[in-house]
Amino acid sequence: MPEVTLVEAINLALARAMEDDPNVVVFGEDVGVNGGVFRATIGLQQRFGPERVFDTPLAELLISGLCVGMAAQGLKPVGEIQFMGFIYPCIDQLVNHASRLRNRTQGRLSCPMVLRSPYGSGIRAPEHHSESTEAMLAHIPGLRVVIPSSPERAYGLLLAAIRDPDPVVFLEPTRIYRAAKGEVEDNGEALPLDVAFVLREGRDVTLISWGAMVKETLAAAETLAAEGISAEVIDLATLKPYDEDTLLGSVAKTGRCVIVHEAARTGGFGAEIAALIAERGLTSLLAPVARVTGYDTVMPLPRLEQHYMPSVGRIATAGRKACRFS
Amino acid sequence: MTERWHPDERLPVIARFEVRRRAYLAPDGSINRQLLAFASDTRLLVRLYRAMVLVRAFDMKAVALQRTGRLGTYAASLGQEAVSVGTASAMRNEDVLLPSYRDNAALIWRGVKLEEILLFWGGDERGNCFSGPVQDFPFCIPVGSQAPHAAGVAYAFKARKEPRVAVCLFGDGATSKGDLWEAMNFAGVHKLPVVFVATNNQWAISVPLRLQTASETLAQKAIAAGFIGEQVDGNDVVAMHAAAKDAIEAARNYQGPRFIEAVTYRLGDHTTADDAARYRSTTEVQARWKEEPIARLRSFLAGQVWSKTDEEQLSAECQQHIDAAVERYLVVKPRAPETMFDHLYAELPRAYAAQRRELEGND
Repeated sequence: MPEVTLVEAINLALARAMEDDPNVVVFGEDVGVNGGVFRATIGLQQRFGPERVFDTPLAELLISGLCVGMAAQGLKPVGEIQFMGFIYPCIDQLVNHASRLRNRTQGRLSCPMVLRSPYGSGIRAPEHHSESTEAMLAHIPGLRVVIPSSPERAYGLLLAAIRDPDPVVFLEPTRIYRAAKGEVEDNGEALPLDVAFVLREGRDVTLISWGAMVKETLAAAETLAAEGISAEVIDLATLKPYDEDTLLGSVAKTGRCVIVHEAARTGGFGAEIAALIAERGLTSLLAPVARVTGYDTVMPLPRLEQHYMPSVGRIATAGRKACRFS
Repeated sequence: MTERWHPDERLPVIARFEVRRRAYLAPDGSINRQLLAFASDTRLLVRLYRAMVLVRAFDMKAVALQRTGRLGTYAASLGQEAVSVGTASAMRNEDVLLPSYRDNAALIWRGVKLEEILLFWGGDERGNCFSGPVQDFPFCIPVGSQAPHAAGVAYAFKARKEPRVAVCLFGDGATSKGDLWEAMNFAGVHKLPVVFVATNNQWAISVPLRLQTASETLAQKAIAAGFIGEQVDGNDVVAMHAAAKDAIEAARNYQGPRFIEAVTYRLGDHTTADDAARYRSTTEVQARWKEEPIARLRSFLAGQVWSKTDEEQLSAECQQHIDAAVERYLVVKPRAPETMFDHLYAELPRAYAAQRRELEGND
């Protein structure tokens, strides 16, 4: 099997989806001739033509709104927002339309669309290019929010998102676009949505993360293993709706839980998971649930971004502390 | 005063633009321009007339239902019926309508049942699962946010090479929003089969048009997007129908999108939750009553094919039609509470099954 980067896996999945389904259309800013600023859509316009792969005017609200109209008409739109920092004009369309079209028409119309966007910090990008505001999106009923953390999951989850009959926001961690490499067989097989992936089994503590932070979380598990602490690592993958059973099952086994995310702490998705465990997993807890997250500050510019992001050290410390608690 | 023309006349003019206005029937029912051929088809004019009379009576009934606690907040179209009726009557069944919340006349013309409209405003999503034009969009409440959908729908038509048109109705307030501009701009770039119809009723709740824009017309907003914008007397249903027909057929032939500014006046409150007396004078409103669309068409038809008996008969028919619909609406039982989960996704995710059961158990 060939080894590809995460962004190459995205490209493979887009090409596969377009090959399989003539209704799939791909559009956004610079996705056509230029192949996307990260090259996620490279070669697609040459292969599938300018009607199915096209550059939009510089208008993010439009991109999300077009998705709704196209999806209601039976196309399978895959819109790209160039960076998550520019996704906010789409919130109106996501909250008021995409996520509720099926419900407000009681199934008469539906909205099978995908809105892709690179997100997260760690690439020394200019202001507004590094935030992780996934919890904001995961709060919206009727939407799916999916985040891959490896080339394999990027490929399988994106195919699943495109084939899904409901709207999906698909967030791609820029920091591991090229840093993450893995074997991907371009076989058109999707991975399940709404399912968390256990990446490493362990007995003593559950480490839950998603996106680029999975890398540091796995490294922290390695550090802990050297100290005799067996950490289970879970990639949440779908934040909305999320796989409660896998998380609760793991915490029932380990009795300890550390949630890791790049986003600011207050109201971050870690708070949701902590609440779930408090509600339904309390009796199995041997230590308080811990969160290792970005700070409740504005995302700093590149000179300080390393200090903002959870490090392997911070994650390992939280795991150690949980194990020492009892 | 704002300068309109560049003061330095030595600079060459590189582009000039124009906006044309369409009006046939004057407020007194006289013809102030040669009517188009279709207007001699009095059968069509009578149909348009009947549709406007029906919606006005329906609106009155809906407001009465709201006042007596049997309907939620309702937006009547009093005074601007000709815009919705004129536009919808120029569409084909297979076209797709993207209406705003005040366009009930357009929905009714396209075959949505009165009881379905009541059901929606009565607080039940099933009202949007309407019969008739099943691909039409439901009422859009966030102003102008349906315009990008219209562009998306039109893009789908174009991708499939279908001779169909997306028709988007919205108010003057929507022309201040980026949503509309982004949609129009894109539609222009791709020559999409879409028609944008601005119901310029002068008021966005309490904000008058002069605080909405310094633009001389709303129609000229299309010029910047690269297509034709036309101003129409929106109280003249003949002109509205003709303008919409021209625009829709041009769009259908892929000659590009069109924009229509329908100049009319909202004679009633914004909704049943509004009191327009707080922000505009009765003198202003009374003056506008002289221009309303139904009386002028009645005057025109009265000279030819429309008798007093016809009027009485129509009135009775409308009443009957509306009363029967109200009866059907009032007997609809609320849905089971747990069904609020049933159209959230195509299939309810496992994570929410317990919440659904919880709701089912509590009621």
